[in-house]
Amino acid sequence: MTTPDSTRVEPDNALEVVETTVEELAPLYRQMLAIRRLEEASAKAYSQGKIGGFLHLIIGQEAVCVGAIAATQADDYVVATYREHGHAYAKGCAARPILAELYGKKTGLVRGLGGSMHLFDKKTNFLGGYGIVGGHVPIAAGAAFASKYRNDGRVTLCFFGEGASTIGGFAEGLALAALWKLPVVLICENNQYSMGTPVYRSLAVEDVSLRAIGHGMARDRFDGDDVVKVKRRIGEAIERARTTGEPTLVEVVTYRFRGHSMSDPGLYRTKDEVEEWKRRDPLNRCRQRLVDLGIEAAALEALEVDVKAEIEDAVRFAEESPAADEYLPYVVKE
Amino acid sequence: MAVISYREALNQAMREEMERDPNVFIMGEEVGHYNGAYKVTQGLLQRFSERRIVDAPIAEMGFAGIGVGAAMVGLRPIIEFMTFNFSLVAIDQIINNAAKIYQMSGGQFNVPIVFRGPGGPAVQVGSQHSQALESFYAHVPGLKVVMPSTAYDAKGLLKSAIRDDNPVVFIEGETLYNTTWEVPGADEGELLIPIGKADVKREGKDLTLIAWSKMVWTCLDAAKELANEGIECEVVDVRSLRPLDTETLAASVNKTGRCVIVEIGWPVAGFGAEVAYQMQRLCMDALDAPIERVTSDDVPMPYAKNLEDEVQPQIKDVVAAVKRALYLPDGE
Repeated sequence: MTTPDSTRVEPDNALEVVETTVEELAPLYRQMLAIRRLEEASAKAYSQGKIGGFLHLIIGQEAVCVGAIAATQADDYVVATYREHGHAYAKGCAARPILAELYGKKTGLVRGLGGSMHLFDKKTNFLGGYGIVGGHVPIAAGAAFASKYRNDGRVTLCFFGEGASTIGGFAEGLALAALWKLPVVLICENNQYSMGTPVYRSLAVEDVSLRAIGHGMARDRFDGDDVVKVKRRIGEAIERARTTGEPTLVEVVTYRFRGHSMSDPGLYRTKDEVEEWKRRDPLNRCRQRLVDLGIEAAALEALEVDVKAEIEDAVRFAEESPAADEYLPYVVKE
Repeated sequence: MAVISYREALNQAMREEMERDPNVFIMGEEVGHYNGAYKVTQGLLQRFSERRIVDAPIAEMGFAGIGVGAAMVGLRPIIEFMTFNFSLVAIDQIINNAAKIYQMSGGQFNVPIVFRGPGGPAVQVGSQHSQALESFYAHVPGLKVVMPSTAYDAKGLLKSAIRDDNPVVFIEGETLYNTTWEVPGADEGELLIPIGKADVKREGKDLTLIAWSKMVWTCLDAAKELANEGIECEVVDVRSLRPLDTETLAASVNKTGRCVIVEIGWPVAGFGAEVAYQMQRLCMDALDAPIERVTSDDVPMPYAKNLEDEVQPQIKDVVAAVKRALYLPDGE
């Protein structure tokens, strides 16, 4: 792997093959592919000046949000960071309003008021994308608190990066979730860099999941390249939350292929390192698995054509939508 | 009507609202088994159980954020800060999350939450426990900021805050808990005071004193003293800093033609400066003198009692400012 720290814990059993079927895997592949194409379309629009501000792409990490959210029920909550286009899509938001939001259009998911970092969608129980690192962990614990308060059986998934593991919001959210036994799954997407700082320069102990031990909380840590594996392992944590109310801290080791945001050329990593991870691309791996499982060539092609059309349609929709035009009604609820 | 304390009025407000709405719960340090650091939540644990009166460990950012998340999905949390000084370690949750989520979500998620607790200088507790932070919160769109001065207002405004669909920062006067006022009981009909309405606490024709929280009492005392000299001050209690009832304030200033704004916070960028701006804008033609401000000195609060008193606005400071605004000779 990438760091000079020889004590670094390697992802467990990366070669393990998790049982699956074409029927299970094909929809997951479709979501991952759509997210990849959505992100690529966003990058293109950004370079054309059609999307402004910060744009954080999730390319390379798609298996984590897709696998994890595939293990949820529709009424479960998801809380995410500013790198959340994929999470919103996986939770059920359509590509059209996501892309229109990035374009700052009236038809955007949040009317052009939030942008790339603040996607929210009430009807799919997507509780938002948050821009202050770690500040959303207590919010996820709060949604889980409400589920416990109402005994409604819902589980909340909270996504964050390993960079969030050093800030207070994470520490307090973790402590309270453990103390009050809140049905939340805290998912650390360890993409190995908090912006440009590698884990060995930001964490004394690089295994984030170990933080659970001091709180008596269940933990898990694994490699995030196989979407089915992510689904199974997060599924176990969701099941624990749903049946016992116990939270879990899960660390999924992954990698972002692009810089932190569009303005970051990623000069802090070697080309070899990035190439090595691209060789393990979870999207390609997923596609190959489908082929190995015997998906019909025509079905695979139809799926890919369909995704291409969906994202092209979303781009057209975003381009042609009217500009955002009102902000005053959304300051205070009357 | 019964004469009750400000503390009891707050307790009644929460008790009544919790009985009315099962989604209301209280979370904070020492709110349950300890009965509240200032005894505002006295007896509520016995009445409502640990499910709804939640003792939190020392983690303001954590439990303020839990309140925000719970509010997003339909609960109505009352988050108690033992004092508002400790809200500073939760201010990211209040400003970046509670105040903005309604806007960031394009109106999909509102955050019906009350952040409450004592604020303003206390007595000889040093600079970290003795400060007025309302100007910080009043600065932020998306928040409502309420500061009652009497038991009557405390009850009626807290009940409205709990029912409000937006985040409300509700700062109680740390030195007002034992003050008393006539307050109707639950059996005498609902006491609901709309947020955003100022209240004329004393009528007068010569000058308008504008204040909130503890400084209302200081202004009433000063007005009494000035009345002995034949000067009739009107005292207007802002009650809600955001939204600010400029209409009631301006009506008074337009009537008297003179205005002194009294606040216990620091002078620079203090909320009184905003009130002064609004009054000159709305009352320019009526004003017979420049608007005066009385504030604490521009220093962290000292511990020694004599110095603490010197730093904070006293009755004599208000009297002097009134005389300056009236161009009287002893208005220093």
